[in-house]
Amino acid sequence: MKQLLLGAEAIAQAALDGGISGVYAYPGTPSTEITEFIQKSPQGKDQLVRSSWSANEKTAYESALGMSYAGKRSLVCMKHVGLNVAADGFMNSSITGVNGGLVIVVADDPSMHSSQNEQDSRVYGKFAMIPVLEPSNQQEAYDMTRYGFDLSEKLQLPVLLRIPTRLSHSRSVVNRKKTREQNALNPSAEKGKWILLPASARKNYQGLLEKQKEMVSLSENSIFNRVVEGIGSRAVIAFGIGFNYVMEVIEAFKLNIPVLKISQYPIPQDTVREFCDKYSDILVVEEGYPVIEELLKGYFGNSKFRGRLDGALPRTGELSPNVVAKALEVNSKEIQNVPEIVVGRPPMLCQGCSHRDLFDAINLVMEGYSQKQVFGDIGCYTLGALPPYSTISTCVDMGASITMAKGAADAGMRPAVCVIGDSTFTHSGMTGLLDAVNDKSPITVIISDNDTTAMTGGQDSAGTGRFFDICKGLGVEEDHIRLIEPLKKNLDENVAILKEEFEYNGVSVIISQRECVQTLKKSKKQLTETE
Amino acid sequence: MQKNIIIAGVGGQGILTIASIIDLAAMNLGLNLKQAEVHGMSQRGGAVESHLRISSDEIYSDLIPLGKADLILSIEPMESLRYLPFLSPEGMIVTATEPYENIGNYPDLDELLKNIQESAKHLLVDAKSIAKDAGSPKTFNIAMLGAASAYLGIDAEELEKAIGMFFERKGDKMVEMNLRAFRLGRENCDN
Repeated sequence: MKQLLLGAEAIAQAALDGGISGVYAYPGTPSTEITEFIQKSPQGKDQLVRSSWSANEKTAYESALGMSYAGKRSLVCMKHVGLNVAADGFMNSSITGVNGGLVIVVADDPSMHSSQNEQDSRVYGKFAMIPVLEPSNQQEAYDMTRYGFDLSEKLQLPVLLRIPTRLSHSRSVVNRKKTREQNALNPSAEKGKWILLPASARKNYQGLLEKQKEMVSLSENSIFNRVVEGIGSRAVIAFGIGFNYVMEVIEAFKLNIPVLKISQYPIPQDTVREFCDKYSDILVVEEGYPVIEELLKGYFGNSKFRGRLDGALPRTGELSPNVVAKALEVNSKEIQNVPEIVVGRPPMLCQGCSHRDLFDAINLVMEGYSQKQVFGDIGCYTLGALPPYSTISTCVDMGASITMAKGAADAGMRPAVCVIGDSTFTHSGMTGLLDAVNDKSPITVIISDNDTTAMTGGQDSAGTGRFFDICKGLGVEEDHIRLIEPLKKNLDENVAILKEEFEYNGVSVIISQRECVQTLKKSKKQLTETE
Repeated sequence: MQKNIIIAGVGGQGILTIASIIDLAAMNLGLNLKQAEVHGMSQRGGAVESHLRISSDEIYSDLIPLGKADLILSIEPMESLRYLPFLSPEGMIVTATEPYENIGNYPDLDELLKNIQESAKHLLVDAKSIAKDAGSPKTFNIAMLGAASAYLGIDAEELEKAIGMFFERKGDKMVEMNLRAFRLGRENCDN
């Protein structure tokens, strides 16, 4: 059966067809569409596939591991920086191993289209010593997801599937395979495997090391690793989506260069050695960090390997047919420049957005202080760092606004104010607030609550309707949990409330609550469509 | 058969709807296609584009190489120029003339149109009035699809079929209105 699917959706469809019992995820571009596809899929509903959003990537990963423990197949999805959050469970799960198949999909964002960095998740795969699959196109995304579950059950290890933004967000026609049944409930009874006390952890770690040979041998025989024949002394090793750009250039310029395509790791050592021995000039094309290029070049820089390290390809940013063409020394004809009249059009907060009215109020209050910095976090409201607001001074990682404000307050900074979204607060903000309460750090936490995870397109937010209770439960004094509605007509009142709490010498929380205009629009539209 | 098309606009203008309709038509014809799109932060009122590639042969890259686009189909005049490096020397720009001014330093419209006219073969479309004639300003993007339809390498009939499929779940009225916009847009390009 043929279907037109985004790379992300091909993974979701393959997981459904491959008999998963659940998907666990926290939204994050470019991974969000995988889980959304399963949530909307009639097939997912029929098969009772569990799919609602998790509070963060760590809770998602551990839940997926628990489902695997119980014998069923589970999928867990996140963006690259999400794996930093899930890393504790992720790293240790390669030592426990799995029971039902567990595939972790990590969507990397080279060029940082919607991210804070361009870390390469293949490094994590190697760190955890588990197989990594890196499809080059939508069909492989489908096939390799299905294969990933088999591989996971065969090796009894989690399998990491890595895709870049460009594959996640590009559509193509995908051929589907027959669906298979979910696994039966069959919880693991092997205690030694799952209890990482030092004695058993050492034993399990040894087991993981012993599996490495088998993993390499599976890569040697993988249908996803293959050679495209060619002639001459020049060759290319292309990884994942890099293969597409290489083939695009080879076809366009009618080159006859041999290409070794690799999509399954650990790298097939014999295949790579044999290939490299034949050629004297080898371009290494990787989307992301020069992970394998560095290994091939070695400490002393074997100059027959070219790539991102020696400038043949740019050191940063995503690949394109043009950078590969340049590295292969074929150049397209003259291209036109963007005319000077064209100006940038950066993203901005929507008209009518509640964050706008909040920033107006904060800016007015901050006028009264010589200290102007406001700690920020990750979400739509990060755009408050840009003009016309320029309210926010930091954006580091999920939840860092609260803890950084706390540290700065401990150092004597006054007022120590931070802005965090509702979904980011439940993702990673609550524990930091507890620290501040326990330490009586004088900070004001402004939760800009728009009832949704807005930046990624309006997914459910884990704490909607419960922020007052959560903050009270964490120990914030009731008198210093203030509710405001960010609207122009409330500006004076809101400014007064903010001012009072900025002056309070303890932990205060301001819940600035008004629904996201985008989700409001969507729900109104759905209402009229059903009428 | 091979067509490389950049569809350009501002987040929220409906360029993904245009792409989806061309995708459907291409798939119905059994053609290969790849269509890369922008999700995430840029969708908040920023510049967005979709790379759409259709071919009877295998397509490798999801991105169109620089200088290889046959068509820039833009829902906004300034955005049509942003992707000029992708346009082939024989390529064409089909753009709406109605500016989307959500930035303070938006350039002079006459200067922009002059730039477009000097840059490539072009078709300037008053999609705003076409959409109005079709019955709703919301059909702006489909009016543009109609205007560009002669340059997509796909028969109008197939595109109309795809429009029907795409808007089917929104009811007959929506289908008819969008078909009207498509046809009025197409008539515009015959002139």
